[in-house]
Amino acid sequence: MQHDMSTSHAHENHGSLKSYTIGFVFSILLTIIPIAVVMNGWLAGKASAIILMITAVLQLVLQLIFFMHLREEKKPRYNLLTLILGLIILLVIVIGSMWIMMYNMVAL
Amino acid sequence: MAQLHDSGLTGHQVSHTEHHDHPDMEEMRTFGFWIYLMTDVIIFGTLFAVYIVLQGNTNGGPGPKDLFQMGGIIASTFILLTSSYTSGLAVLAMHKGNKKALLGWLGATVVLGATFIIMEINEFTHLVHEGATIGTSAFLSAFFTLVGTHGLHVLLGLVWMIALMMQIAKRGITPVTKRKVNVISLFWHFLDVVWIFVFTIVYLMGVS
Repeated sequence: MQHDMSTSHAHENHGSLKSYTIGFVFSILLTIIPIAVVMNGWLAGKASAIILMITAVLQLVLQLIFFMHLREEKKPRYNLLTLILGLIILLVIVIGSMWIMMYNMVAL
Repeated sequence: MAQLHDSGLTGHQVSHTEHHDHPDMEEMRTFGFWIYLMTDVIIFGTLFAVYIVLQGNTNGGPGPKDLFQMGGIIASTFILLTSSYTSGLAVLAMHKGNKKALLGWLGATVVLGATFIIMEINEFTHLVHEGATIGTSAFLSAFFTLVGTHGLHVLLGLVWMIALMMQIAKRGITPVTKRKVNVISLFWHFLDVVWIFVFTIVYLMGVS
């Protein structure tokens, strides 16, 4: 980030054509894999669900790093902190709802 | 707040502070938008939770396997993915100070986004014609709410992006329009990520 000192507003973390293209190619790959798994019926049930979630989460991480430049944020990392807070709330809502509504059923 | 402001400057030293407050205010506004995105994460999280819980309750009506036509969905997924890339290229062009390329890439993003929306509207009308409306079953209520909310976000983003393009054409690349382009590209990447999860959880898991 040294070269940034010379320009007037140095804060932008905007990546390069290379990083965007890498991100794009990998997200295409990570989209093709689950499509292939489902459309060809390679895996069933839990195994397929796990592969699908892994590729989706990988793609989330990929976009955060290559498109939203989360790693280039300077300290203190408020963007990362608020993201973690948001994700914790998200996981509590989703996993909590699933747990209560699907696995703790008392009556139908 | 002042603390955030000050600590944000470390590393860039004083040359920065001599400047008027502009760049740092814009940085704060971008961060404010980021916090809005995190609240949107919670909205979508709630809608996903509702969908996951209700997806089996088809009320004797059609389920995911009967309704979803994957060809169009897969095509629109790649269209939205590409538009996320072009909005990134717009940001790159902006940092190079290339106004023409910036407007061009934003325009490409708008065209791709509009194609996505048109395909989604087609899908929804097809579903309604099949008798699968939002009132048919709990599964379809949750489906239309989740997918429709994402679609509304994309639609709003399109209106916003067109307005921003007009502003850039008029005022050029200024610190303010720069921040706005940064913010809308964040929004667009965010919508792409949400769609990846809609695609995975609603469509792929629905038909597998």
